[in-house]
Amino acid sequence: MRSGIIAKKVGMTRLFLEDGKQVPVTVLQLDGLQVVAQRTVETDGYTAVQLGAGSAKAKRTSAPMRGHFAKAGVAPKRKIAEFRVAPENLIEVGAEISAEHYFEGQYVDVSGTSIGKGFAGAMKRHNFGGLRASHGVSISHRSHGSTGQCQDPGRVFKGKKMAGHMGAARVTTQNLQVVRTDADRGLIMVKGAVPGSKGGWVTIKDAVKKPFPDNAPLPAALKTAQTADAAPAEEAAAEGGEA
Amino acid sequence: MDLIAQLEAEQVAALGKDIPDFKAGDTIRVGFKVTEGTRSRVQNYEGVCISRKNGSGIAGSFTVRKISFGEGVERVFPLHSTNIDSIEVVRRGKVRRAKLYYLRSRRGKSARIAEVTNYKPKADK
Repeated sequence: MRSGIIAKKVGMTRLFLEDGKQVPVTVLQLDGLQVVAQRTVETDGYTAVQLGAGSAKAKRTSAPMRGHFAKAGVAPKRKIAEFRVAPENLIEVGAEISAEHYFEGQYVDVSGTSIGKGFAGAMKRHNFGGLRASHGVSISHRSHGSTGQCQDPGRVFKGKKMAGHMGAARVTTQNLQVVRTDADRGLIMVKGAVPGSKGGWVTIKDAVKKPFPDNAPLPAALKTAQTADAAPAEEAAAEGGEA
Repeated sequence: MDLIAQLEAEQVAALGKDIPDFKAGDTIRVGFKVTEGTRSRVQNYEGVCISRKNGSGIAGSFTVRKISFGEGVERVFPLHSTNIDSIEVVRRGKVRRAKLYYLRSRRGKSARIAEVTNYKPKADK
């Protein structure tokens, strides 16, 4: 199991392929994606990497978080997420991940926070059919109808689908195909829609319902040699601190 | 320019399509690539452009209407489709609408479109 990545949803567009096909794609952008911390079995009981993305103003970052970023030697990040990894796939703290982490044709799962719909009725929220337009139906055309039986059981069962708050929840879209990647600009284009609004943060992982691809870079596709050179020094310092 | 607009502009440039200046009312001939089994050939489709949608960007499309064996046929083409071999303007029409959907309910003489005789090509941007 290798690390996923944090990306920002830029928006949707379309691509024309050579064989005449049009592909609807969502453009996801990597923005200063760096490893902020490692979780190890000795210290935390599990192995994971903590990644940070985006950039936050130092003066608007809380003092404890400033210290956390300073320990890793990275600039304050806007969004932080942890990804469980196998112990051999831990990435050095400070290393920057590039868009080549995923290759064209690979399948990924994308998670994000869906667009909030507010208080929604049963027709919109659960695809109920509603009541008839005529034949004596009065005022309740979009209502959910019956919610149960009679005196026995005499109550509405828990979990009954009814009107309520919809959206603004964590949603994962599985098995999206990576159509194109652009390492220079840190762009990943996946086929189809991704949860959330433009500018929202999403996490991308290898698809759990597909076999793990053989040619995926392990532990991760990292950016340029100079950042990789700078990273070990910081990492050594961080490890010294931990020990 | 935001990133999406930039990507779309780049793709339009990369596709390098030579799209003539045409609008609704013009009669155009579209060379459309058809693949039959293994070999592909170009099929011409000629008719009146009755609508253009979503500008000239990557999402642009246009509708071409023609009368084929007495039956009205409409096809929608994406402007930048790689399946389009060529677009050729046959005749410039003089119309007062951007969308000529009223042609659907007309037949024969009333479905004619007058020709523009004083067409001036737009200056290159």
